[in-house]
Amino acid sequence: MRGATHVKWAACAMAVALAATACGGDGDGGGSDAGAVLSASWGDPQNPLEPSNTNEVQGGKVLDMIFRGLKRYDPETGEAKDMLAERIETSDSQNFTVTVKDGWTFSNGEKVTAQSFVDAWNYGASLRNNQRNAYFFAYIEGYDQVHPEEGEQTADTLSGLKVTGDLTFTVKLTQKFSTFPDTLGYNAFAPLPRAFFDDHDAWVKKPVGNGPYLVDSYTRGSQMSLRRWDDYPGPDKAQNGGVDLKVYTDNNTAYTDLMAGNLDLVDDVPAAQLKNVKNDLGDRYLNTPAGIIQTLAFPFYDDAWNKPGSEKVRKGLSMAIDRGQITDTIFQKTRTPATDWTSPVLGEDGGYRAGLCGEACEYKPDEARKLIEEGGGLPGGRVTITFNADTGSHREWVNAVCNSINNALDDERACTANPVGTFADFRNEITDRKMTGPFRAGWQMDYPLIQNFLQPLYYTDASSNDGKWSNREFDDLVDRANQEADTAKAVGLFQQAEEVVRDNMAAIPLWYQNGSAGWSERLSDVKLNPFSVPVYEQIKVS
Amino acid sequence: MGRYVVRRLLQMIPVFIGATLLIFLMVNVMGDPIAGLCGERRCDPATAARLEREFGLDKPVWQQYLTYMGNVFTGDFGTAFNGQEVTELMSTAFPVTIRLTLIAILFEIVIGVTLGVVTGLRRGRPVDTGVLLLTLVVISVPTFVTGLLLQLLLGVKWGWIRPSVSSEAPFDELILPGLVLASVSLAYVTRLTRTSIAENRRSDYVRTAIAKGLPRHRVVVRHLLRNSLIPVVTFIGADIGFLMGGAIVTERIFNIHGVGYQLYQGILRQNTQTVVGFVTVLVLVFLVANLVVDLLYAVLDPRIRYA
Repeated sequence: MRGATHVKWAACAMAVALAATACGGDGDGGGSDAGAVLSASWGDPQNPLEPSNTNEVQGGKVLDMIFRGLKRYDPETGEAKDMLAERIETSDSQNFTVTVKDGWTFSNGEKVTAQSFVDAWNYGASLRNNQRNAYFFAYIEGYDQVHPEEGEQTADTLSGLKVTGDLTFTVKLTQKFSTFPDTLGYNAFAPLPRAFFDDHDAWVKKPVGNGPYLVDSYTRGSQMSLRRWDDYPGPDKAQNGGVDLKVYTDNNTAYTDLMAGNLDLVDDVPAAQLKNVKNDLGDRYLNTPAGIIQTLAFPFYDDAWNKPGSEKVRKGLSMAIDRGQITDTIFQKTRTPATDWTSPVLGEDGGYRAGLCGEACEYKPDEARKLIEEGGGLPGGRVTITFNADTGSHREWVNAVCNSINNALDDERACTANPVGTFADFRNEITDRKMTGPFRAGWQMDYPLIQNFLQPLYYTDASSNDGKWSNREFDDLVDRANQEADTAKAVGLFQQAEEVVRDNMAAIPLWYQNGSAGWSERLSDVKLNPFSVPVYEQIKVS
Repeated sequence: MGRYVVRRLLQMIPVFIGATLLIFLMVNVMGDPIAGLCGERRCDPATAARLEREFGLDKPVWQQYLTYMGNVFTGDFGTAFNGQEVTELMSTAFPVTIRLTLIAILFEIVIGVTLGVVTGLRRGRPVDTGVLLLTLVVISVPTFVTGLLLQLLLGVKWGWIRPSVSSEAPFDELILPGLVLASVSLAYVTRLTRTSIAENRRSDYVRTAIAKGLPRHRVVVRHLLRNSLIPVVTFIGADIGFLMGGAIVTERIFNIHGVGYQLYQGILRQNTQTVVGFVTVLVLVFLVANLVVDLLYAVLDPRIRYA
């Protein structure tokens, strides 16, 4: 008996010891190795890698790793939180005083001061520098002198920006814009070190910023190696040793590489692999909402689409599209049927309202037919949907939408797809107002605000108002919302404006797009932020 | 010989100008590339105008072409939209593609010609029928199918190779892509050599050589093969240019950042400077390869003389 208890005891001790070593082993291997480097898929950035020149997600990934701005959008909620900003004060929603936190430096040791921001913003706004994101500074006073619509610029710096101390500067806007501080998390507003201005070519070859990572080496068009910056002063230090971004021409190859264990992270699972992804990766796959909405816009400069009763035709078309079936079969639920014109990532408080579109976004073929008849029928008896065929899987869904419309209207020839070869050409046709029917319009948010889903797309003459829709009531509501200091009230006004969009069916909302990612067994804590970019600094590598 | 080469070089000039002009016009017809640079929004007119001026797009096409050619002769191929010099793109892309092409050509010569000789000498035997069938299969299956299949089997299922090529693209990583790239041409080379050998085997000089009592391998290599190689050399010569420019599919599958990748991206982004620059170099490669082929004729067949 005694012996037996002894044995039991010994076994227990063994078990504990084993568990302990297992735990220890886990700590070294399974837990995380703070020095380990992961590799991730990447695409060649389209424009030079400068904060105010990067308007697509591939360049954005890098900027997100090597820069921190005044604000940063919470990777989970999308809420704009202070990062380098100590505080941003205003009494009238037009004049802002910004205080920068003390103790921040660039990775080359230079202090981040108010001047770093003002210089960067002036650079971004100046017409001379050909920055693609210059319009982000358009609200700041003096923009029309620094960046006139025509002719030479008459000033080099924005008169609305004034450095008032080492760490403080003031911003004067041309109009009231209460949510302006919340837009400052966008990359275009990042601070820049003197090295950027002193030796620009060298900087572009190897960017220097103030984020949790440093650029270790950069081979244009093939690879960028980023390493953790050990002296990073911010709260969101990198949990891994670094990231090697590898350029892939084809996301299928990246996926194959992930399967073969050559790559740790793929942030764009190809549509063709969506069916296998559960089998291949199990729970190492993520599919979460991103701030992207796909719509069909209409050419309001074409009288056929802009006459009394047209809104009924547009609404009818919207009701003829079986969104649920298309997102299930073509996109394998990586997109969700849209029921408003914003995105779920905004959250209820941010202005997302599910079902705002009402029955106009539901599939009701009979009513669709009736509405289109009431509205005077399709212009010319048929409709063509124009899209660019070079990227995405646009061809598949446009064909599906057309089939859905044809079935609903019981007319084989009601809808046809009209592919355009390249994105540039597609944009040209839009800019030259050559559209004769609905066309693909996608919107990826710049910052998670309801304003960003409405104003650039539907405000009269706004930069992405491709259909040239114009509505006085909508414009008034947006103006009032921008002036409203109380966020909840502002959001309410924006939603009213969105209702105007709905009543006129200014664009047909199709679906919200998700971001997807797959990763290897080495990684844990992989998340995608609302911009569908992986939150690299939180990834743990074993 | 010398005069012949000079004459051929002079003939290249109009061909070169015509080819580049055609490419230039074709890329221009695709429309204004600036609109594609601003994402899903209208470029602000002031920036768009400045960009157009910077890339010289505000001038008429013929003037753009003249300026471009003028610059090319001074070694300036312009700048891509992402701010990189096209010559810089070339210096990274061409070495990779040249390595890939070398491997492909090597496969074609070694495997293709050997198989051709073997089958040509054993016409109608099982080896011949087998290889013929095999080449038929290779020719009829598209490159991307062979590529993806081999990549999946060797790279993922069996783990023998890396499915993708690293950015340095050393020779050993390029063996499989090279084989895939060469596969179709390899099949053609085999068939060409086979027919040629089979035909020449019955010719008088071969019978003479055998009658002289020469060893068999000498008859085959020095007399039979050498005379049978003319159509094969023509094909391989033309293939060099084709492989370099036409590697787009293979380069995409194996993620090789070579000429095909740059051309593909250049076309998608309507980047005139990149596309015209790369194609110009490819045109030169084609012309030079053709000249070399013509000169090789004289080496292979002493009856051919250039004055």
